[in-house]
Amino acid sequence: MLELKNISYKVPDENGSGTDKVILDNISLTIDDGQFIVITGPNGSGKSTLAKTIAGIYPASSGSLFLDGKDITEASVTERAKAGMSFAFQQPVRFKGLDVFDMLKLSSSNPDLTMAQACAYLSEVGLCARDYINREVDASLSGGELKRIEIAMILARNTKISIFDEPEAGIDLWSFTNLIRVFEKIKKETNGTIIIISHQERILSIADKILVIEHGKVKKFADRKEVLPEILGTESASFSCNAADK
Amino acid sequence: MDKTAKRILEEVADLHKIPEGAYNIRLNGESEGRNSTEHIIITNREDGTGINIKILDGTVNESCCIPVVISLSGHEETVRNDFYVGENCDVQIVAGCGIHNCGSENSRHDGLHRFFIGKNSKVRYVEKHYGEKSENSEGGNIMNPSTEITLEEGSTLEMETTQIRGIDSTTRSTKAVIGAGASLVIKERLLTNGTQKAESKIEAELVGDGSSANLISRSVATDNSTISFISNIKGCARCSGHTECDSIIVDNAKILAVPALDAVHPDASLIHEAAIGKIAGEQLIKLETLGLTEKEAEEAIIEGFLK
Repeated sequence: MLELKNISYKVPDENGSGTDKVILDNISLTIDDGQFIVITGPNGSGKSTLAKTIAGIYPASSGSLFLDGKDITEASVTERAKAGMSFAFQQPVRFKGLDVFDMLKLSSSNPDLTMAQACAYLSEVGLCARDYINREVDASLSGGELKRIEIAMILARNTKISIFDEPEAGIDLWSFTNLIRVFEKIKKETNGTIIIISHQERILSIADKILVIEHGKVKKFADRKEVLPEILGTESASFSCNAADK
Repeated sequence: MDKTAKRILEEVADLHKIPEGAYNIRLNGESEGRNSTEHIIITNREDGTGINIKILDGTVNESCCIPVVISLSGHEETVRNDFYVGENCDVQIVAGCGIHNCGSENSRHDGLHRFFIGKNSKVRYVEKHYGEKSENSEGGNIMNPSTEITLEEGSTLEMETTQIRGIDSTTRSTKAVIGAGASLVIKERLLTNGTQKAESKIEAELVGDGSSANLISRSVATDNSTISFISNIKGCARCSGHTECDSIIVDNAKILAVPALDAVHPDASLIHEAAIGKIAGEQLIKLETLGLTEKEAEEAIIEGFLK
């Protein structure tokens, strides 16, 4: 169970006014184990910041965070990762020299991960393993390829909490159905919690609960059936899916 | 050969036992073992400064291993080895030098390797430099390898040269003259730490039509160490050349990268690239989200970069 108590995140105002700009404003909520949560809301509402605060990438300015009853507010990114959190970035990071196999080995925390196991993760995200396993995770990969490798790394992590920051963005030439199948597989295999930032109606429609963030505050956090009809047709729930719908 | 020398031999040449094929093992200035084969003949140079390796025409799928080990503190040597590779060969040559310094004096190896590669021959040359010290040893490990390469028509040389930590001072010099249709690829990997200094200078002269050179350096300088990489590709014919130096700088290190191009023929096509930067914060964070500590993340990034 993940509990956020009065989490705020502030940064110094860029105008040099001496005041702080509030990105997250006193957020409190509880996410139960095994739930599929989709975070949505207008652009700039604080969704990514909230996800990164949960993962420890941004330290909360105030408030507390509990994982299974243990206070992890002061825990580092590494400590939270070891406690069972995974994070898939909206814009995956590139590395010169490290190849896909290296990244999957690091993700699985198993230096002896076999080629066959690594290839299985790639196949899950629709990549021909043979073509990718030895490719460097560098500028030679397209944004869409990197996104899928990022998701394969979450599969390899196999943790109890998996956070995805807009996983569908840039997923090209791969069916949306497959992406959703991957989320369902993660949920089933880890019996864990999945937190996804997305505007996409098709992702929202498989959520257990939807969290709507607006101006850094919780606007609504309730069962999908209750929230989805309210947000359909707004910026928080978009039908258009670019190439992802193909 | 004692345990230390054996371990160094493993480090520089991946040798766990007597190698197959031709070999010459040099330990503290003396020949520790040698084997010639029907096609690869190793002899002493007449002036006593090193060995000649003659590879006969048409030798394929054979290898030659000539590692050097220095385990006596204060041992200093200058060695010249010449490789005469015949025509239509396809061979691998493994060289490299390892120093274990257990005393207070400097140990030094200066080596000159000259390659004369015959028409249409293909050579893969692997060179690894390794140094280590006993606890409290104050002696320096010094290594100055020079390589001179002559590539005849249609031949290729792929050279992989690696020096990861352990060498206090090195000046590396590589010069190549590349004939018609011949190709040179050099992949250099360097990592310095402490107050180490490494200088590498590569000059490739493309003299024949259809010749090519690809010089790739990846280096990491940490602590207060210094790396300087200077490459120069001279295009004297219809040729193509590419030089790239990519470096990671850590702590208070200093790095100089100068990938120079010199075209003296209108059909010379030359490209250079250079980049120096520290490890990106987002790279560290990504690996931390996989459960690595910041230090482990840094090590993984550097290890991958130098792979």
